[in-house]
Amino acid sequence: MSSPQLRHVGLNLVGADALEPGEAETDLYGFWIFLMSDAVLFALLFAIYGTQLAATANAPGPEAEFKLGSAFVETLILLTSSLTFGLAAIAMKYDHTRKGLVVLLCVTLALGLGFLALEVQDFATMFAHGATPDRSGFLSAFFALVPTHGLHVTAGCIWIVVMLAQIAAFGLDARVKLNLLKLGLFWHLLDIVWIAIFSVVYLQGTLG
Amino acid sequence: MSAETWYALFGRIDAKAFPFVRAWNNPTVSEFIGAFAGALVVVGAVALLSLMTWMRWWRPLFRDWLTSLDHKKIGIMYIVLAGVMLSRALVEAVLMRAQQSLAVNAPGIVAPEHFAQLFSTHGTIMIFFMAMPFLTGLFNYVVPLQIGARDVAFPLLNSISLMLTAGGAGLVMVSLAIGEFSTGGWSGYPPFTETAFQPGVGPDYWIWAITLSSLGTTLSGLNFAATIYKKRCPGLHLMRMPLFSWTALCTSILMIFAMPPLTLATAMLALDRYLGFHFFTNELGGNVMNYVNLFWLFGHPEVYILILPAFGVYSEVISAFSSKELYGYTSLVVATMVIGVLSFTVWLHHFFTMGQSADVNAAFGIATMTIAVPTGVKIYDWIWTMFRGEVRFTAPMLFSLAFIMTFVLGGLTGILLAIPPIDYMVHNTVFLVAHFHNMLIPGLLYGMIAGYMYWFPKAFGFRLSERWGKIAFACWLTGFYLAFMPLYVLGLAGMTRRSQALFEPDFRPWLLTAIVGALLLFGGLVSLFVQLWVSVRDREQNRVPIGDPWDARSLEWSIPAPPPEYNFALIPQVDRLDAFYWLKEREQAYTPAGPYSDIAMPKNSWVGPIVGLTATACAFGLVWHIWWMTILGFVALWAAVIARSFVRDTHRTIPAAEVAADDRRWREAAGATEGVPRQLEVTPANRGLAKIFPSEVTA
Repeated sequence: MSSPQLRHVGLNLVGADALEPGEAETDLYGFWIFLMSDAVLFALLFAIYGTQLAATANAPGPEAEFKLGSAFVETLILLTSSLTFGLAAIAMKYDHTRKGLVVLLCVTLALGLGFLALEVQDFATMFAHGATPDRSGFLSAFFALVPTHGLHVTAGCIWIVVMLAQIAAFGLDARVKLNLLKLGLFWHLLDIVWIAIFSVVYLQGTLG
Repeated sequence: MSAETWYALFGRIDAKAFPFVRAWNNPTVSEFIGAFAGALVVVGAVALLSLMTWMRWWRPLFRDWLTSLDHKKIGIMYIVLAGVMLSRALVEAVLMRAQQSLAVNAPGIVAPEHFAQLFSTHGTIMIFFMAMPFLTGLFNYVVPLQIGARDVAFPLLNSISLMLTAGGAGLVMVSLAIGEFSTGGWSGYPPFTETAFQPGVGPDYWIWAITLSSLGTTLSGLNFAATIYKKRCPGLHLMRMPLFSWTALCTSILMIFAMPPLTLATAMLALDRYLGFHFFTNELGGNVMNYVNLFWLFGHPEVYILILPAFGVYSEVISAFSSKELYGYTSLVVATMVIGVLSFTVWLHHFFTMGQSADVNAAFGIATMTIAVPTGVKIYDWIWTMFRGEVRFTAPMLFSLAFIMTFVLGGLTGILLAIPPIDYMVHNTVFLVAHFHNMLIPGLLYGMIAGYMYWFPKAFGFRLSERWGKIAFACWLTGFYLAFMPLYVLGLAGMTRRSQALFEPDFRPWLLTAIVGALLLFGGLVSLFVQLWVSVRDREQNRVPIGDPWDARSLEWSIPAPPPEYNFALIPQVDRLDAFYWLKEREQAYTPAGPYSDIAMPKNSWVGPIVGLTATACAFGLVWHIWWMTILGFVALWAAVIARSFVRDTHRTIPAAEVAADDRRWREAAGATEGVPRQLEVTPANRGLAKIFPSEVTA
């Protein structure tokens, strides 16, 4: 088989013939289902956030605590990281030296860590103002929704490190390629969720 | 040892955590019952470990079972887990019935706190650690065989799901010997389960046991959806799939969408309890309705997660024991999927009384009643399947018939409860308790037992005792009616549910009837164990090695019993519904076949047991605030998963010659065996080869 037919959404793999027929398809399909389940979780967190908007209980509310500028910079960083991951996926397919892939993954990782650093800084500022989750139902909902996304980004960063180690250990075997495709899906989902957070939490909180 | 050192090492554990100490300090009957239950766990565990060591079973246990990724073995382990947990929760039910029948204007034998733990563990176990493992076990065993696959889509994930569920069940068992369980019921409503009202470990045990189970279930749902969508054998279009696999697919979809709300609800309750968040507290903007909505957003689809697999079993059993094609196959498929969709539109009927407007209640009440339509379609389809069929009243068939009658009755009381004004009258009474037991005992448990008896010969190669099967059936049927019909009466008379003591002497005759029923149900459980014992003892004369003892129709019966590890020596090609039956009618089911090729099967893996163990340690540490254990468990879990991703040698190959030899031997045996007519299928004449009736050949 020189060019196997893979029926899955996303970038087709070259050199996937090491896998059993259908394995790549089943693998990615299963991962899509997982992402769907994860998306349900975020949808519910958004719903909870919506119901708790008014429950500020005299603790600091959105107008006082949200910094649109910082959230905007975070948005730019995360969107750029999605772009670099997309470029990494293309490099995986066409660049046989692997160098481009590794460099772009490292850039993505750096952007992810930068995003997390800014987010932690935002949270620290809020804590310094006394805006802690035990003050009100609103702050509880905020600190459930936004840090859950942050935890996902943290998990994504760890996953990138694991994938760098796998590339070092195995080169680009079919399994590494599949795992990178799944990581890509995960990373892009986090971007989509963040856009929702930016709109629903930060834009609504500061402008609405 | 200083108090700080103790806390760092053992967290909140102190002498009072042990029921034995509590019984010593406060020698009452209630405490003695608690200490006895705790002692049973400890003695049982020690006895089991000693037996394992004495018989040198450790190595085979791990090699053949716990590290196995074979879906058939994982299925059997799920069902064993369900059997153990069923036994505990049924004993608890008998104890609660005993308490209520004794406690009319009297204290009874169980203290209020203890009684509240009993109904909380009974519900939690029956739903999460009896019903869910039972149906997941049947999926595991049957679905890959029915769709002509060699394993599930993700065998390792399957093992992890099992071990997470077992870990959750383990936590509930440990709570008997160390600490206490929640008193907040199986639904764990805050604010009662918040620290303000229950500062102890009870709700924490509940939260983490449920969390482990719901994570395991989400992963199972994912796994079976991917398996059914992607691993069907060539030609097995969705509309040629046996109905049990259809219900498995629908259930898997429900699991994927319905488990996240539960995971989130328990996680948020945990944030309230551990970090002082205010999601569901009474003050500072907490809103308990968020919990109630999240819980029933899971809870109502969960009802169909429980019931649909049983519907699948009944479809298979009724068709096989009527020797007829399933009547209205398409309508059954459509009804299943319609129920799946509607199940997400009715969750509010669990809390009609909690303050929404009458219009909202009316909308959800009507939505609830519409579910009766597809369910009614199914009932008629099953009846028409039996019409003019060659019906044999075997034990699984008896359970199916009892289901049809009893479930319709429960459905009628469900229609009553779906009318908000009536719900206001009987809400929180034992009328509701009677109703949902009337749905779940026939709609789940009868189905699971029928499925267990129906597929047992496939899994182990010999039939179960028909005589003891019928005795068990008689107990489960009469026990159900005696135990729960009185509760309808009591509920209408105003008896509130979850009452530890009662003050109305007129209730007593009904309560005494109910305890007789509960004892009969216990007799049903004992009969199942006796049946297993007797059947294992007499296994030689009841062997069905050819694999088709019931003259059934779907692919799982087209292979030997028990099946080889790789299920199918040759992946079947299917071109119609009930393809195996069609081949049998043309006497082509056992003809020589080939060519054979090498088969790659997943190697055993320790990752499943390690994940289960570390996740349970993490959860136990969280319950008791033993933080080192929590962190260690969490880190070790992910270390194991990441380490596994570096393993490339995950399959082993079974050579074609070995496959060919086994398969040819089986086909020759089939040729040399005499087929059994249906009338004699419950006699030793049944060797697993059905006698063909050429007159039935159509076209």
